[in-house]
Amino acid sequence: MCLAIPAKVVEIGKGEGKDEDKGGVKAKADFGGVSREIDVSLVDAKVGDYVMVHAGFAIEIMDEHEAKETIELWREMLEKCF
Amino acid sequence: MKHLDEYRDRELAQRIIERIHASSKKGIRIMEVCGTHTVSIFRNGIRDVLPSNIALISGPGCPVCVTATEEIDKSIKLSREHDVIITTFGDLMRVPGSKSSLQKEKANGADIRVVYSVSDAIKIASNNPQKRVVFLGIGFETTAPTIAAAVLEAKSEGIKNFFVLVLHKLIPPAMEALLSGGDLKIDGFMCPGHVTSIIGASSYVPVTQRYHIPCVVAGFEPIDILQAIYMLVEQLEEGQAQVEIQYKRGVTFEGNKNAMAIMERVFDRCDTVWRGLGVISKSGFKLKVQYREFAAEDSFDLSIPKAKEHPGCMCGEILRGVVTPAECPLFRRTCNPGHPVGPCMVSSEGTCAAYYKYQA
Ligand code: SF4
Repeated sequence: MCLAIPAKVVEIGKGEGKDEDKGGVKAKADFGGVSREIDVSLVDAKVGDYVMVHAGFAIEIMDEHEAKETIELWREMLEKCF
Repeated sequence: MKHLDEYRDRELAQRIIERIHASSKKGIRIMEVCGTHTVSIFRNGIRDVLPSNIALISGPGCPVCVTATEEIDKSIKLSREHDVIITTFGDLMRVPGSKSSLQKEKANGADIRVVYSVSDAIKIASNNPQKRVVFLGIGFETTAPTIAAAVLEAKSEGIKNFFVLVLHKLIPPAMEALLSGGDLKIDGFMCPGHVTSIIGASSYVPVTQRYHIPCVVAGFEPIDILQAIYMLVEQLEEGQAQVEIQYKRGVTFEGNKNAMAIMERVFDRCDTVWRGLGVISKSGFKLKVQYREFAAEDSFDLSIPKAKEHPGCMCGEILRGVVTPAECPLFRRTCNPGHPVGPCMVSSEGTCAAYYKYQA
């Protein structure tokens, strides 16, 4: 049930520069071609960020740099070892 | 989709599998705490490619499965109130309570609506001012902040007919409870990626220190899981017990500070009951005093007769990782996904459902 899927934030709606006490900052996100409304009140997302979306909420901003490293470091390491 | 496809590369997977075979000498037992991992491990046939000295044990990380029968009974009682709309994640519908299930109540006319997000429940509340809308707040740390955000939204929007039955459960206390229970032998934990996106990998430091058990936080694609197993093997071969993050694209050591701050603002920690594990100290949440107007237990009478478990069901032992579904006498006989006896067969992430679907 802790499934979360990546999506790209394309538009941030009401409450941008949000007030801490408020839930419910809405955004539009692109799930590989399908657009859906999500809530971004748990993260400081900007338009263009990839976020992990769980039950309609962005729970984390994906770290692009780390994403690259995970794959590339492993590729390199495995090249060297075999 | 970016951030998914690159973690399904067969050639890279093959390489990591070779590495695991080359490095792994000791007999080890790794628990995947999270139900989403259990399903991914089965779907990708990961058990079949590991050396025979590595055992993967499925843990308690299926929120529906650990929801206690008494909690289902309370939800059912709520659904029978004439002016109540129950909103819930779909998985909970078929979980058997002592006598009924939410699905049966719905068939009998209760207004129970499956929602994808707690935001939908808030919308239902604002569209139905004459009704009281109760959201069944199950889920771990991944889900709890979304419920906390919804409570803040309801408060700031002045929504008075929205209530939450807070049933959230927290993963690190459950891991400690498993280890201190004494009937389970575990050498390493594969920790849940999305729970840890919220709470941060530092949350497992006490477990590694107290029990000298390595914890690796893993993503959910096949490459992620294989890498995490490799990292655990390396630590175990060298006798280390560290917290490491495989899922670095989505997890940090500190966690999501916004989300944790929102949870802290809305919830206090409390003891809570887990199916199979019993009451675990400080493993749950309750709404803070300032948000009690949204607490279902304050606005409704939730007293119920003592909950009755199905006598043959071994979900409790399965959630503790001490038996596998094949050892349950009801598995595949009276209990199957079309007629689930226990919650581990109801949820697609339940260990029994995963064994049923993927193991011949
Ligand atoms: S197979 Fe069915 S009855 Fe047995 S433990 Fe699993 S859910 Fe319970």
